[in-house]
Formats: sequence, C-alpha cells, structure tokens
Amino acid sequence: MSFLMTLFWVVATALGALALGWLFRAVLVLATPANMARELRKAPLTASFGMLVILIYVVVALFAPLIAPFAESEVVGRQYQQWDSTYLLGTDNLGRDMLTRMIYGARNTVGIAFATTALAFFVGSILGLLAAVVGGWLDQFLSRVVDILMAIPSLIFSLLLLTIFGTSVVSLILVIATIDATRVFRLARSVAQGIVVMDYIEAAKLRGEGLWHLVTREVLPNAMAPLVAEFGLRFCFVFLAISALSFLGLGIQPPTADWGSMVRDNATLITFGDITPLLPAGAIALLTVAVNFVVDWQLHRASGLKE
Amino acid sequence: MANDKTQEPLLTVRGLRIEGKSEDQWNEIVKGVDLTLHRGEVLGLIGESGAGKSTVGLASMGFTRDGCRISGGEITFDGIDLRNASAADKRGLLGKRIAYVAQSAAASFNPAHKLIDQYSEAPVVHSVMSRADAEADAVDLYRRMQLPDPEQIGFRYPHQVSGGQLQRAMTAMAMSCRPDLIIFDEPTTALDVTTQIEVLAAIRDIVEQFNTAAIYITHDLAVVAQMADRIKVLLKGEEVEEADTRCMLSTPKEDYTKSLWAVRSHARPEQPKPEGETPVVSVRNVTAGYGKVDVLQDVSFDIHKRRTVAVVGESGSGKSTTARVITGLLTPRRGEVLFDGETLPADYRSRSRDQLRQAQMIYQMADTALNPKLTIRELIGRPAQMYLGLKGKALEDRVKDLLNLIELEPEHYIDRLPSELSGGQKQRIGIARALAAEPKFIICDEVTSALDQLVAEGILKLLDRLQEQFDLAYMFITHDLATVRAIADEVVVMQQGRVVEQGVKSEMFQPPHHPYTELLLSSVPEMDPDWLSDLLASRAAK
Repeated sequence: MSFLMTLFWVVATALGALALGWLFRAVLVLATPANMARELRKAPLTASFGMLVILIYVVVALFAPLIAPFAESEVVGRQYQQWDSTYLLGTDNLGRDMLTRMIYGARNTVGIAFATTALAFFVGSILGLLAAVVGGWLDQFLSRVVDILMAIPSLIFSLLLLTIFGTSVVSLILVIATIDATRVFRLARSVAQGIVVMDYIEAAKLRGEGLWHLVTREVLPNAMAPLVAEFGLRFCFVFLAISALSFLGLGIQPPTADWGSMVRDNATLITFGDITPLLPAGAIALLTVAVNFVVDWQLHRASGLKE
Repeated sequence: MANDKTQEPLLTVRGLRIEGKSEDQWNEIVKGVDLTLHRGEVLGLIGESGAGKSTVGLASMGFTRDGCRISGGEITFDGIDLRNASAADKRGLLGKRIAYVAQSAAASFNPAHKLIDQYSEAPVVHSVMSRADAEADAVDLYRRMQLPDPEQIGFRYPHQVSGGQLQRAMTAMAMSCRPDLIIFDEPTTALDVTTQIEVLAAIRDIVEQFNTAAIYITHDLAVVAQMADRIKVLLKGEEVEEADTRCMLSTPKEDYTKSLWAVRSHARPEQPKPEGETPVVSVRNVTAGYGKVDVLQDVSFDIHKRRTVAVVGESGSGKSTTARVITGLLTPRRGEVLFDGETLPADYRSRSRDQLRQAQMIYQMADTALNPKLTIRELIGRPAQMYLGLKGKALEDRVKDLLNLIELEPEHYIDRLPSELSGGQKQRIGIARALAAEPKFIICDEVTSALDQLVAEGILKLLDRLQEQFDLAYMFITHDLATVRAIADEVVVMQQGRVVEQGVKSEMFQPPHHPYTELLLSSVPEMDPDWLSDLLASRAAK
C-alpha cells in the first residue's frame, strides 16, 4: 500500500507541476507583447513550470527581509524544534528558524552561484571566441594556460586559492569563476572554430571589420545555442562546488545562511527520520531542474531541432 | 531498355500525397503523383528544387524524411504494399531489392570503415552471400564500374578515393544484392563535367547489364536525356508531363517544360576588347600555394572595365586559389596583383579600406556566405555603413534601393533572416551586399552552381544588367561551360594551377583547341539522347 501511496504522490506532484506550468504560461501570454506571446504560447509545459519556479526563487531572494519571519542569524528558540505554527519548519542546530534560513539561503546561494556563473561565462566565452578568431600565438597562449589550470583537480585548486586569498564572498566568486571559465573557454573556442571557417567570416574580414565586430556580431550570435545550454549545466555545477566548499569550511562562512552548509549542520536529524535537513537540498534540486527545463527549451528553439 | 509493357509493372505509385510539417502546420508537398515502372526501365524525374523529386524518390521505397508523412495514395512494389508494410518487412526489402544512391557519396559513406566492409554489409545482413563471396563480388563489380585497381581499391577508406570514384563505389554498393530497383538521387550533381561522364557511363552500363529498374532524379536535363527511357517533369509536387525521352526532347507539350528546355539559350553579346585602357585588375605572373606545394604557377591575366572574364577548370585546377590571391587571403610566393595600374598589398590586412571596398566577392554557397543570425537590413547595410558612412534614414534608403536593384520587394524582405529566403533570393542578397560597397570589380565564385537552371538564369541576367549599369568588371569562376557561353567576354582555362589557354570567348569556342579545353568542351552533356554513346565511341576510337 505504501508503495501505491508513494506512486500516487509522485504522479500527483508531476501533474500539479504541469498544471502550474500551464496556468503560468496562460498568464505570461496575456501579460507580454504580441510577438513574445507567440513564442511563449509554443513553450512546453516543463519550460513554463521552470520559468515559474525561477521567478519564485528570484522574488524570494530579492525580498528576503520582507518575507522571512525572523532575522537571518537570530537565535529564536531551542535547537532542533519540531515544525509548529511559530517555526513553520522548526529550528536548526543553534535554534535559528529554519524557514528564515531557507529564504536567506536563496538570496546567498543563488546570488553567489549566479554571479559566479555569469562571470565565468563572460570571461570564458570572450577569451574562447578571441582565441578562435585571432588564432596563432594568442590561441596557443590562452589554450595552454587553460590546459595548465585544468590539469589541477578543481576542488584542490579552489581550496588552495581560497586558503591563499581568504574566504570572503568576493574571493569565493572569483576563484570558482576562474576555474569554471576554463571549461567555458574550451567550449566557446571549439564552437567558434567551426564558425570562423564559414564564408561569412571571410567576407567580414575582407570587408575590413575590426576584431570586436567579428567576435560580437559575426561569431557570438551563432555560438549562442551551445553556450546557453552549457550555462544551465554550469550553474548547477557551481551550486555543487559552493556546497562542497561550504562543507569543507571554505565556502560561505557562518552565520550567513547557505543551503549547502544547512544540510551539513542539520545532518544528524536524518538519523531520527526527520526530513528537515533535506529541504535545502530539495531547494537546490528543484532550481537545478527548473533551470534546465528552460535551457532545454531555449536550446530547442535556437537549434531548430525537430522532435 | 524499354521492354514489353505487357508484364506486371515492378513499381506502381497511385495518387501519392505527402505532407511536410513546418511552423506546426502540415503542408502538402506532393500532390497526387502517379508513377509506373517496369523491370529494366529507367525513369528520369526532373524539376527545380522544391518540386518534390527526392521526396517522391524516397517514397517509392516506402520511406519519408523526418517531419514528413504520406497522407494518401498507394505504393506497390512487386505486389507488396509498401505504404502499409511493417518496419521489419521494409527492412527485408531495402538494400536487398530496393537500393538508394545519394547525391553526395562523400557524405553517405561512413568515413571510419573501408569501402569493401561497407560493400559487404548489406549482402551479409540479408544473408544473400557469405562475407568471402561478398568481397569477391565487390572486386567484380568494382571492375565492371571501371574503377582503377579493383582488387585493392576496396581496402581504402572513403577519404582516400576521389569524388568520382566514390560515387561509382556507391553505385557498386547499391548493386551488391542485385536489387530490382535503384533510386539515384542526383548522383553526379556534385562532380566535374569530366568526371561526370565516367560515372554516367558506368551507371548506364551496369543498370543495363543487370536489367535493373531505376528512378534517376536530377535537375540537369542533358544528363537525364542520356540516362532515362522515359522522363517525368515535376513542378511544385505535381506532375507536369511524362513521355518517352526522345518525344519529350523533340516535342515538349507543356509551357513549363518548354521553358526548361529554353534555359540554355541565354547569351550576351560579347563586348569589344578595349585598346590601350588600363585593366581594372591585372594578375601578373602569380605563383602561390599552401605549405610546400605550388597550387598556382605563373598565372597572368587582365580584367577590363565592363568585361567578364570566366575562369574555368575542374576542381583542383586553382580557380579559387586565384581568387584568394586577388582578395589578399593568400600571399603569393612570386608575382603581384595590380588594381587600376597600382600594386595591391599582398595581404588584405595591409590594404586600405578603399582598396578593400573596390574589390568585392560573391560566394558559391549563399547559405554559408550570409550570417544566419543577421537580418537582410544588417547584412546589406553593413558595407554601406562602413565604407560610405551612411546612417539612419540614409542607410535605410540605400538598403531599400539595393533591394529594388536585385528585384526583391524591400517592405517584404528587409527584416527577414537568410533562413526565410529561397536559394536564389539568398544569392541575390549576396549580390546586393557586394554592390553596397560600390565596387569596381566583383569576383563571382561559382555563384550559380548551387542553383536550379531557371533561378541561375535569373541571377546571370541580373549580373549582366548590373554590369551595364555600374561599369563593373567581373571575374567569373565556374566549371560550367554553359554559363561561360552565356556571360563571358574572355575565357581563361586553368589546369593543375596553370593557364593552359586564354582569349576572347568567340575564339575560345572555335577550334583548334588546346587538348584540355577540347576535353572540357566535349564533356558538357548535350540534350541529344545519343550524345553520351557517340562521345564514348569517338573517345574509344582515338
């Protein structure tokens, strides 16, 4: 029986998610200008569900102080209290409100992960495209530097850099972005190498176009689809990297709320059959899935794939 | 050949309708085509691209491309209903009793396996022959297809064999199970005229030897005249007419068929050769190459204002390399290029913006020559903006003028992407982009070879008109002598990086010829259905 119940809940959740997606899409279609609405109408339900989830996360992250019932690191009760009407999700190992920590965690973890991924993509793709377009010694130099950086296991390398530069949020973002930019560089370079041999690049060069125009107007628009897809994946990996570093004590420092360290801090509760410590992990998982739903849709659109 | 029609036809297609999906809608692309094919008979399917030739050809195998579906009609192959046959039944037929030869053999062979391994696959899978028998059979068929060194050629990889040989190996492979029916989908379109002859002759022989029925799809009328017993003309998914080859060639009934036949008649009067005028472009004793190999050796020719110089030769003869030297993409080892009497810097990076502006290029594949993510406005506007400093309203007016020049309605097209245009329209955009720079000289690199004859005709006429209007000098790279006849004032014949003959067109098409020019000229297929047999006989006699 319990198996049937589980199955029922899984199916109900999936159907509920799709229904929410459908509702959200209908609202979006009404709320956006005509040409955007036409595209949105064609969006699959998974993608509109993904957009809804991302929107909720963004709202929660932006308005955290208004939504959260308590302050971020305020000790409000005894440790490990049960879920009740005051502490909706109970309290953590120091007696801080779990829901409040979750809401602030959205701001910190998602914000940092987003900033890191965006930085990694900005640097990595610009350098990768430059390497492919210019070629020659610049390509050799950049590619070999990237090879060297990639040769060092990323976790050890980030531990090393964080020990040297200290564990502030800024250095955390810079260190992970540097390491991730090497992967983006590789991808951007190989995609762009397929593009720079096209006749329209030759035509642009013969027209006397400058490097900046070549990279941003001729190559980048055609390299967008795989880069966007990679963005979705990278974003999730950055999450994991931050959580791993937090677990090792070099990530986001207490008392700042962070989903990764929240799992670790409250892990003992799992032994007693309490699912509270899994909620931050679930929040990460949900966002990851949502981001990839949207990215898949965009990729499908950009590449013109038929089903 | 066309034998007694009393026996059961091998393939009958009745009222075939096929729909294709685009923009979430099903559109009919084949609208009720009938087709009957007897054993040993060759049917030619011709029409422009988009006429549904390939779709009909594939449907004769009970197959449709992704995003297409058969919505009506019946397909019967030797008593078997192919439309409703299960996938397993079809698998038993395809490759064994029905085979397919694709346009690009280079893209259809798996580059990771040897030719003979790919040859043996079908007979072994269909349990027709053992592996050893299949290999022995391959050597026999390679010999019949007149491939060089038939014992050993099967042990090469596809990239180690030339294009013409690969196309013959592909035909041999299709023959491996001795099928009753072969579909040839433009098998020689990608080949040079000189190679095309060998492939055509080999295909015709082998189809006759094994009494195989064939559907031969092409857009080249002269080719189909050599190959087919009957010809069926398709237009926009509908049959225009069908008749025996000789009937069709001598007395076409429908206006559309007549217009196809008339295409090759376009010819421009030759411009008189100017005396004492400085040529716009002058290539002087250029030797150039990649790595250690010299691709060009001592190439010289002049191009004058308002004149078209056609550079002809088969692939690998150095035509495109010459263009790369003129545009400055390849620095020559020796020699120089003069523009209006002044030496151009060898590397395009050291040329001034004005020098770059004066010489423009139009590419063979408009698909790869236009950035797919930019709109027509940006594509055409960019050179005008860069070279002439136009902005805002002036720029928009200039783009609209250019679109009018190339006969595209500005309001309709200005904000489209290249993917929303047909092949001919894309090529027109390529021309407009070159014109936007207001050049004196344009290199046209095989600009019509990817296009249908009627569309190509339109492009050639447009180029002619623009030359008149703007006093342009053209360098026209092509391997198609019919095009040369239509538009050239002077002809430069190249072979293996050397100019073997050059002169004004009227003299070039009169004997005596250089032996290579002779070979090129005699290889151009003619509408006469006996042309190939006569040619092969006369070459054998020599």
